[in-house]
Amino acid sequence: MSRAKDVLLDPLFNKNPIGLQILGICSALAVTSKLETVIVMSLAVTFVIAGSNVSVSLIRKQIPNSIRIIVEITIIATLVIIVDQFLKAYAFGISKQLSVFVGLIITNCIVLGRAEGFAMKNPPGLSFLDGVGNGLGYSIVLIIVAFFRELFGAGKLLSFSILPTTSEGGWYLPNGLMLLPPSAFFIIGLLIWALRTWKTDQVEEEN
Amino acid sequence: MKPLRNLLDKLHPLFAEGGKLQKLYPLYEAIDTFTYTPGEVTDGAPHVRDAMDLKRVMITVVLALVPCFFMAMWNTGYQANSIMQVNGGSVEGWRGLLLELLGYGGNPNSLVDNLLLGAAWFVPIYLVTNIVGGLWEALFCIVRRHELNEGFLVTGSLFPLICPPTLPLWQVALGISFGVVIGKEIFGGTGKNFLNPALTGRAFLFFAYPAQISGDKVWTALDGVSRATPLSHAAEGGVQAVIGVTSWFDAFFGLIPGSMGETSTLACLFGAAVLILSGIGSWRIMSSGLVSVVAISLMFNLIGSSTNPMFELGPHWHLVLGGLTFGLVFMATDPVSGAMTEEGQWVYGFLIGTMCILIRVVNPAFPEGMMLAILFGNVFAPLIDQLVLKFHIKRRLRHVQG
Repeated sequence: MSRAKDVLLDPLFNKNPIGLQILGICSALAVTSKLETVIVMSLAVTFVIAGSNVSVSLIRKQIPNSIRIIVEITIIATLVIIVDQFLKAYAFGISKQLSVFVGLIITNCIVLGRAEGFAMKNPPGLSFLDGVGNGLGYSIVLIIVAFFRELFGAGKLLSFSILPTTSEGGWYLPNGLMLLPPSAFFIIGLLIWALRTWKTDQVEEEN
Repeated sequence: MKPLRNLLDKLHPLFAEGGKLQKLYPLYEAIDTFTYTPGEVTDGAPHVRDAMDLKRVMITVVLALVPCFFMAMWNTGYQANSIMQVNGGSVEGWRGLLLELLGYGGNPNSLVDNLLLGAAWFVPIYLVTNIVGGLWEALFCIVRRHELNEGFLVTGSLFPLICPPTLPLWQVALGISFGVVIGKEIFGGTGKNFLNPALTGRAFLFFAYPAQISGDKVWTALDGVSRATPLSHAAEGGVQAVIGVTSWFDAFFGLIPGSMGETSTLACLFGAAVLILSGIGSWRIMSSGLVSVVAISLMFNLIGSSTNPMFELGPHWHLVLGGLTFGLVFMATDPVSGAMTEEGQWVYGFLIGTMCILIRVVNPAFPEGMMLAILFGNVFAPLIDQLVLKFHIKRRLRHVQG
């Protein structure tokens, strides 16, 4: 049971896909200016990782080694199209805001990385937990980044005004940099700094 | 000076290993070595004796900046006083009260009046920069147990000089914090920063709060006065528009609105002379920057454009407007963030000059490009050095093998 727990919880902080492996950075920059879009994006990515991990794991013994990447990508692409169509049908506004980034989940390195690195070698149950865990690890970082970006960039959280901005008669002058993608780099950098101060075994050796 | 020495010696056991205030040793060490020659002697060979240590280097840079400090205060006062003489109005708030006490008369022809008014805007920014930046610096020194050094003295002098006079003080604090922490300390402190910390802080403010550091309203130390810099005039209407607001000599001496310390090309030239003669600033970076500015702006002159008036601005104007000279002399030559190899310095200076003119002329969003050009150069400096070293190794290997 402890292995299952490790597989599920390790990706949160010990082996965070963004914090330690520095994967999936592009969507972390692109969609994190608002908390709302990030929550939808996190759910979508978690669903795709978990789904692709289970599917790949189920047929892992039938996949010919020489074309395994093609098979994995086909599975992932199918799941992403399902998510995309679902969002267009039931959350059109958010789907508009996420624009190409839903489609780009296909190229998110975390998804292929987990399918290739974990699901190909492990049974479906564990693979599912691994997918959910990595999805959550990705989500945690994205939510923290979006929290700071929306709060300091627009004075809002989930579109509720927290710090009343000067343009609406309040006192808070919004920080324009926070709405630009580079700010996500700074926040992720600071997060990694904090994470490695807390868990010193993640610090890379100097060469 | 004997009593100070005695006091420091008496306090020494308190800060030394095992003392009560051991953690604060970097602060003690900083005061000690700032005032006296360090007492430590190198105990292993080889011995290199050089009076030019980090402290002397940094202090020389600050000395080279003195004319810029003077012009920063005088011109800030002069600009505001001349406007007030025409439009009326007075200095508001605590500045007004303070100036009244000091006998300020508001005459733009009076050296003292200009300096007083300028100081009322410049000194608060300078103090906030150095107190906030110094606190961060001291904090990192104590946590990391390394010595507090004078690297910050230069950053703390450069940063206020590249601020517009009306920059809110909380933004000054935020900007210098970002510059010191993100631009320097997280990479390991002075000597390991790959970006110029003062420019990093300014770039942060530039993108975070563009309304307070760009546009037309921030360059004169008066509320609600809208006056564009000559460079924005050039972006609107080319050479004619610039001549309409200033003469070349006024721009050269620095009698134009702009970021406080960088308007005067003359003051920057004094700094350049000091830096080159003392061997601190690289003459290679400065001259290749100069050559590229002249070459690229002449090229744009020749190409010409019917829609973009910036194309017609000649090199003699580019050099006296905006922060080009200031950046080239004091910031591009930063030995830590700039290129290190001699050939690399030529390439690096050329890259910065070219980039600056490109941004000024071709990018309609930014009238000034020096800040971004230098940061761009900083990022490329390690790569340039790497290539130069590779080239050298390859060339010498040929001798060995042949």
